[in-house]
Amino acid sequence: MVIGVVILGIAGLLLYAGGWFTPHNLSPATMINTFEQVFGEHPGFRRNHAKGVCISGYFEGNGRGVALSKAGVFPPGRIPVIGRFALAGGEPYQTDAAHTVRSMALLFKLPDGDEWRTGINNIPVFPVNTAQAFYDQLLASTPDPATGRPDPAKLKTFLARHPESAKAIQLIRNNPVSSGFENSTFNSLNAFRCINSQGVVAPVRWSMLPVQPFEAISSSPPEKAGQNYLFDALIASIHSHPLQWHLIMVLGQPGDPMDDATIPWPPERPQVDVGTLTIDQVQSEDASPVRDINFDPLVLPNGIAGSDDPLLSARSAAYAQSFTRREGERKEPSAVSTAETGK
Amino acid sequence: MAKNTGQFAVLSRILHWLMAAMLLTMLFIGVAMVASLGNYHRLVAIHLPLGIMILILAAIRLVNRMFTTLPPFPPTMSRRERFLASASERLLYTLMFALPLVGWGMLSAGHYPVVMFGPVHLPPILPADPMLYAVLRKTHTILAYLLFVTFLFHLGTVLFHTLIIRDRLLNRMALWPIRSTKAKKQN
Repeated sequence: MVIGVVILGIAGLLLYAGGWFTPHNLSPATMINTFEQVFGEHPGFRRNHAKGVCISGYFEGNGRGVALSKAGVFPPGRIPVIGRFALAGGEPYQTDAAHTVRSMALLFKLPDGDEWRTGINNIPVFPVNTAQAFYDQLLASTPDPATGRPDPAKLKTFLARHPESAKAIQLIRNNPVSSGFENSTFNSLNAFRCINSQGVVAPVRWSMLPVQPFEAISSSPPEKAGQNYLFDALIASIHSHPLQWHLIMVLGQPGDPMDDATIPWPPERPQVDVGTLTIDQVQSEDASPVRDINFDPLVLPNGIAGSDDPLLSARSAAYAQSFTRREGERKEPSAVSTAETGK
Repeated sequence: MAKNTGQFAVLSRILHWLMAAMLLTMLFIGVAMVASLGNYHRLVAIHLPLGIMILILAAIRLVNRMFTTLPPFPPTMSRRERFLASASERLLYTLMFALPLVGWGMLSAGHYPVVMFGPVHLPPILPADPMLYAVLRKTHTILAYLLFVTFLFHLGTVLFHTLIIRDRLLNRMALWPIRSTKAKKQN
């Protein structure tokens, strides 16, 4: 009798720790299930930022980042980089659109075997500051099956409950959108910490600032624009010349929010240009090993660490769930095919 | 004479309880981390180095097991029980090696760096391969539940002997030295 209680008790505790008795708690599985409900099931693809193309090139540090971080990215020298440009949303065959959020995902292969993975977006702030708010926003923007559009009342309720999101969305709307991937500025949105060789910790956010000049996007797609017109323009420009971005480390001051991605840091914060990213190769996901890389934002080199921003751990957990599901699934051809990338 | 007490060797007992604590911690961290958004990263950062520590400890335990003589089974254990005890011991040893190795292999196949702490990371032990990752990821979960069930079986039978049959079976593995009643009489 006592033995039965002990055994069942321990088994129960394990199941409790695994969330079996609290199925309504937000877990990585419920998050990814919801993506599959909202965008449909697309086996083999990332559950978010599903449509993309793979890139490679290199990063050349200029040495100015060494004062900030001991990570092997920052000393002068050339480091191989692989990555991926993508559009937000779980629809791998969506038509390119001017105002869909664009992302750049990068993996820096450091000389000491360390890695730095980062996924950065062309918006100035993130629309939500917690995983729960992200989930609520996802549900609120689900297209109504009757109309095929999100229910405006639901969105209104969401924004009323999340004033920080209402503010952030306004900032995102006011931010001018560039004509393509190649002249987009990509921002880390989340805060991180840099640690230098003396152990000094500095709060940072980072951005990739394009060398390609800004040009505003026209609100209507160009004439004869194909489904992939943003990707096609990116591929054409990489084929004509390497694309470059400056990696800018933005230094936070005490009091700057480290745990709230909806709030921008003051524009006068010091910005250190630590080196140049060059992208000179583009490949379809169908032909690139980058398809099978999880751009977990907490795969960081020694010398860069996460912050207490709750989105970081949540992104790490949800990406892992998405990665585990898609790796075991059959692979469908990418919307941006090898014929388009020329490889 | 310590040899007459029927206890396992001191080192064996220390290794047993250390491993028990680590494995149980590991199982709880494992189930909790895959269900958590907020604590996921914190728990993964413990799970990886702890898994490798278990692998090292498993190797130490195996060597120790090969070079120590075990106390005989108590007469209160039937032949079937002795067979089950040996079989579950073998299974537990196998899982102590298999779980960390499958975890390490799974991260290698998934193209993840295997970070221990700070600048210390381990090399991949398998080539990056999506299907291999998916299979190993599932295997890792199945083996973990198998370990948990085997542990419950082990605990249940020891408790049964100790509390119901009252043959002091647990004393054999007690951390502190316990003299058997027989030994006392001889004194």
